[in-house]
Amino acid sequence: MEEKTPRVEIIPEQCKGCELCVVECPQDVLFMSKKINQFGYMVAEYKGDGCTGCGFCFYACPEPGTITVYKKKRVKKEASA
Amino acid sequence: MQEVLGKPEGFVDNFVRKPGDYPKVTHYCPGCGHGRVHKLIAEAMADLEISDKTVLISPVGCTVFAYYYFDCGNIQSAHGRAPAVGTGVGRSNPGSITISYQGDGDLGAIGTAEIIHAANRGENMTVIFVNNGIYGMTGGQMAPTTLEGQVTTTTPTGRDIDEAGHPMRMSEMIATLEAPVFVERTAVTDTKNIMKTRKAIRKALKSQKDGYGFSFVEILSSCPIGWKMKPVAANQRITDEMVPYFPLKNFKDEIENRSPRPTKTVDPDPNKIIEVLGVDKDERLFKKDQSFIDNFKDQHVRIAGFGGQGVLLAGTTLGYLGMETGLNTTWLPSYGPEMRGGTANCHIVLSNKEVGSPLVEKASTLIAMNQPSLNEFGVTVKPGGLIVINSSTVEGKYTERDDVTCLYIPMNEIAESLGVMQAANMAALTAYLAYSKAFDVDMLTSLIKANFKKKTLIEKNVAVIQKTYEYVKENYLN
Amino acid sequence: MKREFIKGNEAIAKASLLAGCTHYFGYPITPSSEIIHAVANLYPKVGADFVQAESEIAAINMCYGASCAGRRVMTASSSPGISLKQEGVSYMASAELPCVIIDIMRAGPGLGNIWPEQSDYTQVVKGGGHGSYKCPVLAPNSPQEMCDFTIDAFELADKYRTPVYVLSDAYTGQVMEPVEFPSEVKKVKKNDWAIYGDKESKHNLVTSIQMNTTEMEKVNIVLDNKYKEIMEKEVRYSEYMMDDAEMVIVSYGIASRLSRSAIDELRSKGIKVGLFRPISLFPYPTKKLAALADDKVKLFVSVELSNGQMLEDVKIAVNGKKPVEYYGRMGGAIPTHDELVEVLDGFYKKHLG
Repeated sequence: MEEKTPRVEIIPEQCKGCELCVVECPQDVLFMSKKINQFGYMVAEYKGDGCTGCGFCFYACPEPGTITVYKKKRVKKEASA
Repeated sequence: MQEVLGKPEGFVDNFVRKPGDYPKVTHYCPGCGHGRVHKLIAEAMADLEISDKTVLISPVGCTVFAYYYFDCGNIQSAHGRAPAVGTGVGRSNPGSITISYQGDGDLGAIGTAEIIHAANRGENMTVIFVNNGIYGMTGGQMAPTTLEGQVTTTTPTGRDIDEAGHPMRMSEMIATLEAPVFVERTAVTDTKNIMKTRKAIRKALKSQKDGYGFSFVEILSSCPIGWKMKPVAANQRITDEMVPYFPLKNFKDEIENRSPRPTKTVDPDPNKIIEVLGVDKDERLFKKDQSFIDNFKDQHVRIAGFGGQGVLLAGTTLGYLGMETGLNTTWLPSYGPEMRGGTANCHIVLSNKEVGSPLVEKASTLIAMNQPSLNEFGVTVKPGGLIVINSSTVEGKYTERDDVTCLYIPMNEIAESLGVMQAANMAALTAYLAYSKAFDVDMLTSLIKANFKKKTLIEKNVAVIQKTYEYVKENYLN
Repeated sequence: MKREFIKGNEAIAKASLLAGCTHYFGYPITPSSEIIHAVANLYPKVGADFVQAESEIAAINMCYGASCAGRRVMTASSSPGISLKQEGVSYMASAELPCVIIDIMRAGPGLGNIWPEQSDYTQVVKGGGHGSYKCPVLAPNSPQEMCDFTIDAFELADKYRTPVYVLSDAYTGQVMEPVEFPSEVKKVKKNDWAIYGDKESKHNLVTSIQMNTTEMEKVNIVLDNKYKEIMEKEVRYSEYMMDDAEMVIVSYGIASRLSRSAIDELRSKGIKVGLFRPISLFPYPTKKLAALADDKVKLFVSVELSNGQMLEDVKIAVNGKKPVEYYGRMGGAIPTHDELVEVLDGFYKKHLG
């Protein structure tokens, strides 16, 4: 089953817990979890709902690949494929 | 289909050059502004499709390891020298993109000269200047951009502007120069400013891609560890404390007003080199005469006078005569400030053997074009030697020596009478050759005809040679 | 003309183009300035690139950049300028970048003056900058050799991926002599390590930093092995009147020419004296000198325009087997012919008379 969009994915193993994405998120759907990764950083998490795909968190994050934002799915004629 | 905002393609997939076990994360501290800037550059490189032809230079500072990350050619360079290295690499790879990624200590302190001059030359280069007001990698010392009162490890009581000077505004300085096309200061504090930074970086790189030359983007950025602050608070500090001193604005945007410069290829044609250097034709003025060479008596000649008398040219002319007849020849001039003092002299050695020292300490012949030269060098002439004296400028006879032969030649008068004042040196040379018979005077004439370019000058010089020869014959060769 | 009566400095500029050099970055300083003058005149005419840099440090780092891009590149200066360049040379040695550096030595220390000395020997031959590195050093003593060794230096630099010096002096730079130039331009191959600003070479990296100590040690070992190979293969020297010499003058550059004149006179007095002229200063012809010390030579004299910087290398080679004397002048002063003859005669009498 394809996951719904828009949504944000944060790879916890690549998060350094700086909190900058949380601060930038206009929808307030990111939060600092109590989970600690292999480095010992508390990592940022997505609430699972409410992302608008604005991408603010992506540009806020200093790490290259920690955050991926999947914007709204564009409907294309894929039915026949 | 969905639009994805993820790791830009301008990054390598795995940071394999980075030591350790985690090839997906950077070496930067949590919340470091460099990461944000890196992402914007990587994205721009991918979107502008320039990563294949981009060379990124990272000098010393926290970004010394930028080559772990970017999917382009990477050069690590010495502290502050990236703009010089960029000058070299950019000129060597015409049409490529050069990015110099520098910190504040690098660009504003140790490398001030390099950045100013690369900007002033308008090198094809985009400089990304990350200003966080502190030396991050070295351990939190004062940077040229550290704010007044800011505590660092080298300003433990805060930066005292009376002692350490004021924080330097580099963008403002760069913008005063003519060549840069685009100079802007931004900040990576919040989304709005990050987007402005994104736009500035793209504009700068695009302008370079399109051939406009030098662009400069200063980015205020946080160093949470160096500042001893949490990342969120550190970003707030940029807004509250740095921005009031370092205003965020565009200082210069001349892209619209200028034309792209054509790419200057550097690919010299070997045939052209041979032609320009003239090393293809082996012409000899005189046929080699082995008996002349074998019978040649070593000549140690000193020619001296004041600047403008053609002393050095007389010397090289004699040297050419030596070369063209197959002798070994050296010519050593006075040089540097010695010449600026208005005097000139040179040493010429001519021999059929290999010449050791090119210095003429004891001249077999002295040509003295004026009184000071005669005074200084007359005493150095070998017993039995020859002194050719310019009697136009030297009054009376030379009485210091009775063991040398003196010729008194009115060099100026001879030259002037033929309307070529500057040929007094030719008169000098002719007198020496006519009397010493080191070379046939005709050889000098042939050489002048071959080496001088202007026809009228040749004729006049030849006339001087002839008249001097007559003078010597009449007065000294009986 | 293929043959030209030309200054040593100008011969270098012409030779660089014949060697396939496409980029020159430099800062003017007497007595090397004729090089930059000639380059400024010639390079643009043939489509080569020339920049008058803002400083010696910038110039050597521009060389670093051009070398990264696989170009043959040259810079030239004189002693105080060479001191400034040492940073860049160390980086290039570490990053294994080829480059040709011309040093037209003047007197020091400090600003000194513009007359010839040979007191850059230590800084140029022994490394000069920080770190365990050395650069091959060729020491011409005539304009013809200025031409020839400049071309050789480019070949050596590419062969061993290292900066190479041509170490000369004010007089050899200023003196004019007939020079015969080659009439073809050296072909330069692409390097698989260089960064050409294209897809094929974009994964290349030029760096001199290795934070891991064993990795940095590996870099040093690679360099050290390279220097050993250079010591094995690239030693150059010349000899004059050495067949029966009991006293050997060890001398390079302009001093070797002064020595040669003195030797001619001493020979005419019946003294068996010869000239051993190191041409490569690194690698130094240590083995050959050692062999001479083992053989019939009874006395060595280092004649140089410094306080005995090369003398140390002569002593290392001779290794106490035979006496080693030194004579030199400093401050830009040159021993007169009579002075040198007298001093050498004195050494001969003291040890062998």
